[in-house]
Amino acid sequence: MAMLSVSNLAVSRGGLPVLENLSFALDAGQALVLRGPNGIGKTTLLRTLAGLQPALAGTVSMPAESMAYAAHSDGLKSTLTVSENLKFWASVYATQDIEPALERMNLRGLANRAAMSLSAGQKRRLGLARLLVTGRPVWVLDEPTVSLDTASVALFAQAVRGHLATGGAALLATHIDLGLEEAKVLDLAPFKALPPEEGGMMGAFDEAFL
Amino acid sequence: MIALLIRDLRLAVRAGGGFGLGLAFFLIVVTLVPFGVGPQGDILARIAPGILWLGALLACLLSLDRIFALDFEDGSLDLLATAPMPLEGVVAMKAFAHWLTTGLPLVIAAPVFGILLHLPASAQSWLVISLLLGTPALSVLGTFGAALTVGLKRGGLLLSLLVLPFYVPTLIFGAELIRRGAQGMATEIPLLMLAGITAATVALIPFASAAAIRVNLR
Repeated sequence: MAMLSVSNLAVSRGGLPVLENLSFALDAGQALVLRGPNGIGKTTLLRTLAGLQPALAGTVSMPAESMAYAAHSDGLKSTLTVSENLKFWASVYATQDIEPALERMNLRGLANRAAMSLSAGQKRRLGLARLLVTGRPVWVLDEPTVSLDTASVALFAQAVRGHLATGGAALLATHIDLGLEEAKVLDLAPFKALPPEEGGMMGAFDEAFL
Repeated sequence: MIALLIRDLRLAVRAGGGFGLGLAFFLIVVTLVPFGVGPQGDILARIAPGILWLGALLACLLSLDRIFALDFEDGSLDLLATAPMPLEGVVAMKAFAHWLTTGLPLVIAAPVFGILLHLPASAQSWLVISLLLGTPALSVLGTFGAALTVGLKRGGLLLSLLVLPFYVPTLIFGAELIRRGAQGMATEIPLLMLAGITAATVALIPFASAAAIRVNLR
């Protein structure tokens, strides 16, 4: 049973279609890395999968309440401490224990520091620790390793591997090598949508005004 | 959702959270009015209901653009929208947190401000009642305005222009309630109207706010 399956999906940004005819499936224990040049629509695709914007065409199916989304920005509150930030998300997702997440992202020593006093890489690690406390099986990650050093990238790859080993799945958009040799790679370039004047699909007309 | 309320309250009292800002602004407005109008007690007493309500309304407006803008900037709004929580509940909780940090302090401090404006003692209780009934509507309507302008840079001014007209009914009936109370007239009608406006906005507007956020997050 696929944890996430996408068929003939078309997504648009600002009223213009960017990707079309995209199909893939993700099973438990699998990771899929999305690649493609800037502007190809990786973020748009991930936002569509996360339900933040409607798809232009096609279907996305996954079990209810199975996805955790992590965007470019980590969604941290700078005046709250590391553990307060995590506890908030833990109670939103109705999971209580933040200790394993702190441990795995090597944040225990920083637990009582305000998020604003963290470095960019530490903030990113906290953002990824948030994924661990969601307890959701499908991770949808947008550029998860931005501002991480080599050691933290390895830590992150380890966390993803641990997640996959416990039956999770991950969809990652990234430009750099994560050291996840087992992950499949999907190049988005062949799915680039034709512009409408060349016979491509029209976006929703009113989208351009929103 | 309680976690969201606690988070917002905690953020409000931490550095830069803006707790007490509305109250201080209210105090300044109320102190400035006698300087402008003159110290005659009878004139001040006559305009006090209107001034107090205008002050409350502007104080409430001050902190509206922070309701969603900060969460939008740091990405938490995206994450809240994908969290297992209805967006309607999120906006309702945010409006409630806004009321607890700006509306409720005004209600509590209002009798002191009433004295500054020579409001008769008989009207003090009506002042508290009218602010208590009316200010939740200000927060809820303001949340709707904040939701409409969430992705806009410097949307604060636009937000004021959008929201202030919606405040008119609350202002009219809120000030009327104090005025009638001060003069010992029957207060049922403005009281019921004010309560009705608040009840209707609290029940309906969160749905509109959530829809506005969904559009703005696309």
